[in-house]
Amino acid sequence: MRGIAIGASAGGLEAVGRVLEALPADFPAVVIVVQHIAPHANDTLARRFQRHCQLPVREAEDKEPLLPGIVFIAPADFHLMVEPELRFSLSREERVNYSRPSIDVLMETAAEAFCSDLTGVILTGASVDGAAGLVAIKRLGGRTIVQSPETAEVDIMPRAAIAACAVDAVLELAEIGPFLARLGFEDPC
Amino acid sequence: MTDDAAILENQRLEIRLLLEAIYQKSGYDFRGYASAHIKRRLEHVRARNSIPSFCEMIRRLIYDAGFFDEILQALSINVTEMFRDPEFYRAVRDSVVPHLKTYPFIKVWHAGCAAGQEVYSMGILLNEEGMRERAQIYATDINPQVLESARRGIYPLESVRQYTANYQKAGGHASFADYYTAGYDSVAIAADLKKNVLFSPHNLVTDGIFGEMNVIFCRNVLIYFGDDLQDKVIKLFLDSLCNGGFLCLGTKESLRFSAHADAFDVVDAREKIYRKRVVRVPSVQGEP
Repeated sequence: MRGIAIGASAGGLEAVGRVLEALPADFPAVVIVVQHIAPHANDTLARRFQRHCQLPVREAEDKEPLLPGIVFIAPADFHLMVEPELRFSLSREERVNYSRPSIDVLMETAAEAFCSDLTGVILTGASVDGAAGLVAIKRLGGRTIVQSPETAEVDIMPRAAIAACAVDAVLELAEIGPFLARLGFEDPC
Repeated sequence: MTDDAAILENQRLEIRLLLEAIYQKSGYDFRGYASAHIKRRLEHVRARNSIPSFCEMIRRLIYDAGFFDEILQALSINVTEMFRDPEFYRAVRDSVVPHLKTYPFIKVWHAGCAAGQEVYSMGILLNEEGMRERAQIYATDINPQVLESARRGIYPLESVRQYTANYQKAGGHASFADYYTAGYDSVAIAADLKKNVLFSPHNLVTDGIFGEMNVIFCRNVLIYFGDDLQDKVIKLFLDSLCNGGFLCLGTKESLRFSAHADAFDVVDAREKIYRKRVVRVPSVQGEP
């Protein structure tokens, strides 16, 4: 199974929606999204993204097995991790980059679970979260994509990711969804 | 296998050996914990102490008597608030308390009570429902240090605003200020709320059942366990509950992926409140 980990912060509600709407109903990879959100927010994110997406979108639950063709969203105020046996686990440990959920925490753990079958995507945001995550994905043979800073509502997070990691592709927001839609159908390594 | 994938495999082996060493040295068993979580926490301790590898941590653990305590503190996560998830407490008031009121006396277990915020939240709720005098509350944790702070019941003053907001959203009947006395930079929980509460160390992984509970609260503890260990602990809860007893988990936890899911009815799917199914003992006469 291929995995796609998407990280977004400020401006992400719009940007993540744009990416998800390009994924077809028979998409064979698992998609995992960390969108920074206030700690007391409830599960509105999944419902919001579902409006844009043909795939089922839901909040990840602890120890839930990862399944292809589903978009999992990190719950507010929990870190979301991928265990080596491809199940989710949650944690309330301290914030990373001032964030819980943190994109780095998802990407670093997912990189170790998927190795070269993971693609990491960093979208708009006013944070450096995700830069270390992309480095981990790259080191373990996965693919790294960053939204072009020019098309990002807030360019700090894409710029931090590009500075930290020799990324494989810098794409305009409108190109990212179609790119992932093609990539999802490639055979896993 | 790439070099990096090989390094990853070796590192996993090092961590397994470190967890084995912790178990043999201290008796604390983290071997069944969720491995991504464990690795992050151990990596934290390793980096903070500038120890070159997990293998070197084994040596440190064996010869430095204070080092285990640092590991224990890193592995126990104690973030919580009073009346955290107010909707959960509302659901307990509406769906659990009416059943508890039918008993002359009830036993409540807070498993993994951390610094005690939830114990006192539930104490307040039982007070307001007129149940406190007939409740015995057990509060346990693996970590002696946090258990001591739970026993003291002293919290930073700046957390009170959030606690008060949570209390009101949870359907509290009184003024939250009645339940604490404020000092210079902290608040102390009213001594009255500590009556009928027994704090004691208990390790869910290695200790046994805690008998005949009417309610068990274990919120945001199971997330740190791997799936096999989760199953084992859920079985422990099952055996510690009376027939029709309630099990309350964290809102992002679930029995859905557990081998023991069938032993429980779902009382509130959203707030993760479950009830142990009544096991009918076959009657001696009735059956042919």
